[in-house]
This record gives sequence, structure tokens and C-alpha cells, in this order.
Amino acid sequence: MKPRYDLAVIGAGPAGVAGALTASFAGLDVVLIDAAPRPGGQYFRHLPQGFNAQAPGALHHGLDGFTRQWETLRARADVLLGHKVWAVERAEGTVTVRCLEGDREERPRTVTARGLLIATGAHDRPLPFPGWDLPGVLTAGGAQALLKGNLVVAGRKVVVAGTGPFLLPVAAGLAGAGADVRGVYEANGRLGLARHPLLAAGKAGEALGYGATLARHRVPYRGRHAVIAAHGEDALTHVTVARLDSAWRPVSTRTVECDTLAYGYGFVPQLELPVQLGCATRADADGSPVVTVDGGLRTSVPGVYAAGESTGVGGAVLAEVEGRIAGRSAAADLGRRVPPLPRLSRRRERLAAFAKALLEAYPVRPGWQGWLRDDTLVCRCEEVPLSAVREAQDLGATDARSVKLLARPGMGWCQGRMCGYAVACLAGEDPAAPRRPIAQPIRLGDLAAPTRSPLEG
Amino acid sequence: MNQPYDLVRARPEPEFEISVDGAPVPVIPGQTIGAALHGAGIRSWRTTRIGARPRGLFCGIGVCFDCLVTVNGSPSLRACLTEARPGDRVSTGARAGQDGPGGRPGDGGGHGTDGGKTVNGR
Ligand SMILES: Cc1cc2nc3c(=O)[nH]c(=O)nc-3n(C[C@H](O)[C@H](O)[C@H](O)COP(=O)(O)OP(=O)(O)OC[C@H]3O[C@@H](n4cnc5c(N)ncnc54)[C@H](O)[C@@H]3O)c2cc1C
Ligand code: FES
Repeated sequence: MKPRYDLAVIGAGPAGVAGALTASFAGLDVVLIDAAPRPGGQYFRHLPQGFNAQAPGALHHGLDGFTRQWETLRARADVLLGHKVWAVERAEGTVTVRCLEGDREERPRTVTARGLLIATGAHDRPLPFPGWDLPGVLTAGGAQALLKGNLVVAGRKVVVAGTGPFLLPVAAGLAGAGADVRGVYEANGRLGLARHPLLAAGKAGEALGYGATLARHRVPYRGRHAVIAAHGEDALTHVTVARLDSAWRPVSTRTVECDTLAYGYGFVPQLELPVQLGCATRADADGSPVVTVDGGLRTSVPGVYAAGESTGVGGAVLAEVEGRIAGRSAAADLGRRVPPLPRLSRRRERLAAFAKALLEAYPVRPGWQGWLRDDTLVCRCEEVPLSAVREAQDLGATDARSVKLLARPGMGWCQGRMCGYAVACLAGEDPAAPRRPIAQPIRLGDLAAPTRSPLEG
Repeated sequence: MNQPYDLVRARPEPEFEISVDGAPVPVIPGQTIGAALHGAGIRSWRTTRIGARPRGLFCGIGVCFDCLVTVNGSPSLRACLTEARPGDRVSTGARAGQDGPGGRPGDGGGHGTDGGKTVNGR
């Protein structure tokens, strides 16, 4: 069967849209697929039309540039929004992308192409701690998604905590939208980055902007502090904030009243689709598995490319640059004339070096494991407490996989997306790339005849 | 005044209502059920099957499955991803999503056949 498209792109974030547009300009017949009803991915998450926002750019740096790319792309390529990809296969030079269209009544839909660009981004990386499953405790990205995608401010009195530069836009966004942000608690040193020579890479301006917003709203920003427990009966009422030593062991604690906690300890790239295809992965600077790519963003599987957070967490600007490089490689590999553009590769190298420096400046230190109590849930879905993980280890489960088999963390709805990192740390290893034959949950009816084969294999 | 609306100079379309366990909750067209509930101060809408712990939004982007709801009889929908429609009947509490992966057929309140059975790839 002849594939319908030259290139299928999964993900309408900065990486996917730039990749699809570049490939289309280079002469490829392109289809772009995203599960979300609107384009933008995480960073450029769009508001629904229903808001008639006259100044949507107030919530994102650089929205105009993205919107121009999107409008241009829409005029020259097929765009399938609201399409969840649950499986991809490749045989005889054709990639088959299996989707479900719609958010309630789901219709199966299959797309075929000669090449595939995977730009599926990342999700937050939470750490477990006592009370992390109380209503009112959200991931930092979740709070950001409520604001950017729904104009809902996550809470009235909000604490922001975790590690990494992403805490700043989250806190600034909440404060600017009217929340009383009680504090930003950065578990690493807040000056870790300022000393880095690469700060000259141009990110300083944006960081200073967030800093100014926080200062204007009198939001304290403390390094070497973390939220180590959340409290409340049925919903969050206060958190325990600890000053930490360099290994993240609590030195002293105090209580901060709040109705909402937005927290995150970095991001986890979503790798189920590249893993399904057999793409090689590697451990990134922070130990997270990411897709291995060459300088042209080619994965180890011919005709399959990856860009954006899938190749390593680096933010929206790097994602866009990678998308452009990947789009060019896909076109070149299909015989289109694509003149070399060394400038673009140099830009990627600079941004990637900066991203690596960030990961190294904001590591997760082992002391967090001491914040857990025996009854602290490690896995939210299967409600597995720390004591059950320790019991499994006492029974001889020495690696994360055996812990999972014995104690069931990561065996529930989320398939370990929320607890996988923590379980790997507790087992003393780097997290493994996820093996999930179905990337998105699907209803049994949809697995009937036309889409049965991938499950049988 | 409403600061996030001022920030982006929103001129929202008229709200519509959905009912959550019989009580009306306002929605701006395009908002998800999860955002509308959270915005209305409803922070949890199901309890877990072992510890009966309350759960609502956590990841906000469809990866944690904490926010499961039953909508018009269809169980196990992720509230953070499901765009609200006028007149939606959302039921929470002990019913929605209590059954974990695999679902329990028929938990959908008489809505139909296998709507609630979900496979999660294990
Ligand atoms: C919740 C969240 C909020 C964030 N907010 C910000 C922010 O405000 N500022 C900031 O600087 N950074 C933010 N980030 C970091 C963000 O990862 C990067 O800034 C940037 O968006 C990465 O771009 P990308 O193109 O690689 O992926 P993304 O922008 O994440 O785009 C990936 C796209 O792929 C789609 N997708 C994934 N899997 C599938 C599938 N199986 N089928 C179909 N479609 C799929 C998703 O719907 C998404 O639209 C956020 C991250 C998260 C997780
Ligand atoms: S809040 Fe995580 S899936 Fe909806």
C-alpha cells in the first residue's frame, strides 16, 4: 500500500509545528496530529475561542511567531487536532499511525506516511511526599495548564515548590493572575544558575522578567527550601516547608497556610511512541530516558525523527529549532533538495548546552526520600505506600521492575507516569524508558477489527 | 473584577451550565469539566478504591488519571481533558472511576454497552 503522506508529525507544540512547516516548505506532503483540541502544546497552550481573548500573548513569550507558523501550516498541510495516537508501527518503509478522534465518542482513524516526526513533549515529574495526593496539590505544569488553557487560577493562596527554572513562570503567572503566592521554594540553590557562564545565552532577560513580577507582588523566592509535607482533611490547608542541607535533608521546618500547592521537580519526556517503534534511547543529564538522535534529529529507526522534549528537556525555543532541523532532515532523506544550514545546528548546540547546564544546576538530590513516611503513597493509582515498596525490597526485589511486580507501584491507570521516576530512585537506578504497547488508554470497542493487530503482537 | 480575564482582555461568551451531582456549575464555552469544577471551588470528585481518599485535578494534562468522572453515564473520562457541553450531567463521589483499569461494565448507569471498558496497555 502506498502511504498517504510523506511525513506524519505527532505533536502540535513548538517542535512539531516548526518541523511540519519546515518539511512542508521543503516540498513534503505533511500531516500534523495532536490529541489536544487546539494547537500550541504545553508552552503555547491556546485559550478556547469562547474567551475571545484580545491579548492572548499576555500569557506566553513569543506567541505571535508561533501563531504565524501555525496559520501558514494550516494552509499547506493537513492538520488533525483532537486525535490521540495510541500506537505507531513501521513496516516496509511505511509508518502507520493509529489514532482515536474525539474526547468522548471516540472514532478510530489510521494515518500512513513514509516518515514520522515524534514531537510529543513531556509531562511534569512530581516527587512523592506525605500529603501529595490531597486535593489542592497540583503539578506546576497542571497549574499552568489551568491558567493558559482555561483562565482558571489554581487557587487563592498558593505555594510554588520543587526545582528548576520552570517554577518562576508558574509563580509569576499565578501572581499576575491574582493569586496570593505565599512563596516559591526552590530545593536547589536559587543562585546556582546566575553564576553559570551560559546565562549569557539570552535566557537572562526572561528570568529577570519573572523575577521582577515576583518582586512586584512581594513573593518570597527561597533557595534550599522545599515543601516536605502537605496537610488537610479532605483538601489542602497548609504545608510544611523545610530549609534543606545540600543533600536535601531538612534542617528546620515551619508551616505555611495555603489552599493550593503547585510543584514539580522537572519533566519526563513522553517516550511510549518511539519505544514502540524500537528507537534507541539514552539517559539524559538528569538520568531521564530520552530518544537518541543524530545531529539531524534522526532516531535509530530509518525514517523516524524526534524533536523537542522527546530528545531531552530543553524548553520551547530549543524545541522549535530541533523541529526545524528534523523537518529539513526528513525532506532531505526523501530526496528533496535542502541546502545545509550550519547556523541552525550551531544554534541547537548552544541551546542544548544551556539546557544541559540547567539540568545540572537543578538536580534531584537523594534527601527527598527521607521526607517519606511508611504510610506515604509512592504510587497514587494503586495506593502503594512506601512500606510496601520496602517490603518488596526486603523480599529480594533489587530492581525497579521486581519492586513493581511485587508491590504494584506503576501498575494502575497512569502506568507509572507519575511514580516511575520515584520508584526508580527508591530502587537506586535511573528510570527506564517506558514500555507501553498502548500510548493512550482506549475503549475496548475501539480495538475491534480494524485496529486489532497491534495488540496481538 | 477578574484578573486573568483582564490580563488577556477576554470578552467571554455567555456561560452555560452543567450539573454536578445535581448542582449547577457555570462553564465558559471551551473550558474542560475539570477546569470548571476546580474554578467553582470543587477540588475533589471521586474517592480511591482502597483508602477512599478524595481526588481531583493533579497533573492537569491527562497523564495522572486522578480526575476521572462519569459524564452522562459514561464513566472514566478524564475531567481535565473533556470539554464541557451544555447540559452535561456529571456524577462524582463513590461512582466515577472507582473501578480502576479495565473498568466495570455497566457502571455507566445504564448508558449502554461497553462504553466504560478501557484498556490501558498492560
Ligand atoms: C503541563 C506543562 C506545562 C508547561 N508549561 C510551560 C510554560 O508555561 N512555559 C515553559 O517555558 N515551559 C512549559 N512547559 C515545558 C514544555 O515542555 C516546553 O516549554 C515546550 O512546550 C516543549 O515543546 P515540545 O514541542 O517539545 O512539546 P509540547 O509543547 O509538550 O507538545 C507536545 C504535543 O504533543 C501532543 N501529544 C503527546 N502525546 C500524544 C499522543 N500520543 N497523541 C497525540 N498527541 C500527543 C500533546 O498534546 C502536545 O500538544 C510545560 C510543560 C508541561 C508538561
Ligand atoms: S488531572 Fe491528571 S489526568 Fe486529569
